[in-house]
Amino acid sequence: MSLPLGSQAPAFLLHGVDGSDRSLASYEDAELLALIQSCNHCPYVLAWEGRMIALQRAYADRGVRLVAVNSNDASRHPEDGFERMVTHAAEQAFNFDYLHDPEQLLARALGSERTPEVFLFDRARHLVYHGAVDDNRDDSAVGRHYLAEAIDAALAGEPVAVSETPAVGCTVKWLS
Amino acid sequence: MPRTEEGGEATVNVAVPGPAKIEFLYFADCPSHPEALELLRSVLDDHRVESEIDILEVTSDAQARTLAFPGSPTIRIDGRDVDPLGAAARPSLSCRIYRLPDGRASPLPTREQIEEALT
Repeated sequence: MSLPLGSQAPAFLLHGVDGSDRSLASYEDAELLALIQSCNHCPYVLAWEGRMIALQRAYADRGVRLVAVNSNDASRHPEDGFERMVTHAAEQAFNFDYLHDPEQLLARALGSERTPEVFLFDRARHLVYHGAVDDNRDDSAVGRHYLAEAIDAALAGEPVAVSETPAVGCTVKWLS
Repeated sequence: MPRTEEGGEATVNVAVPGPAKIEFLYFADCPSHPEALELLRSVLDDHRVESEIDILEVTSDAQARTLAFPGSPTIRIDGRDVDPLGAAARPSLSCRIYRLPDGRASPLPTREQIEEALT
């Protein structure tokens, strides 16, 4: 079951592709924190990550931090191993942190099911939006920009109008 | 050439044989398969191909290896993958990455890829 709206962000300590360890406290200066369940090899992630980069670029100066998290079982899906994460982040020129969750502790705490799947936390780190980045994997056919709309509302201190949407993508590859 | 009673050329409906075998393999946890199957059926309809589609759900890593299943969905026409380059990927119970002509990733093949495999 996914983390209910209003829940506190779970604590974590994970290694990032830049070689640093990151915890929830590492982002304490951020106005908003979007944890995005992600991976290297899912076509839905690949289709959306350009928009994730664009969102980070658009909202960076307003204190919004996107953080991608890969929790997939790399023993069954070697494409999702840490070294491939490092390569993938460099190839795609990620402008956000990309963290490795090999024990799947954060994925379980969030109750993630899909990649990509967004969990947006407000300044008090309460969950205010959960679901998809937007409403279409094809960027030329997007009608609703769910995450951007949620960020705008949360930055303005207003309720998020659409606070939950179905995350469309690959399943999280759980450890056996 | 057949002639009509008036001596003109007659139109003859010639049945064009479709491919002997069309396979659609999918992994149920990957959400792209209903749209992909709809796309395949649409292409077959447009080309008036009446061959049956063999639909097979792949449910285990062992089955994926046996079938050389590189991800969901996989479409083979007379044994030829609609995306020959992607067909060599490691067998896996996962969503398959297709590349659009502009280089973007997609969970589905293009209509053109399926059409090309039909010819």
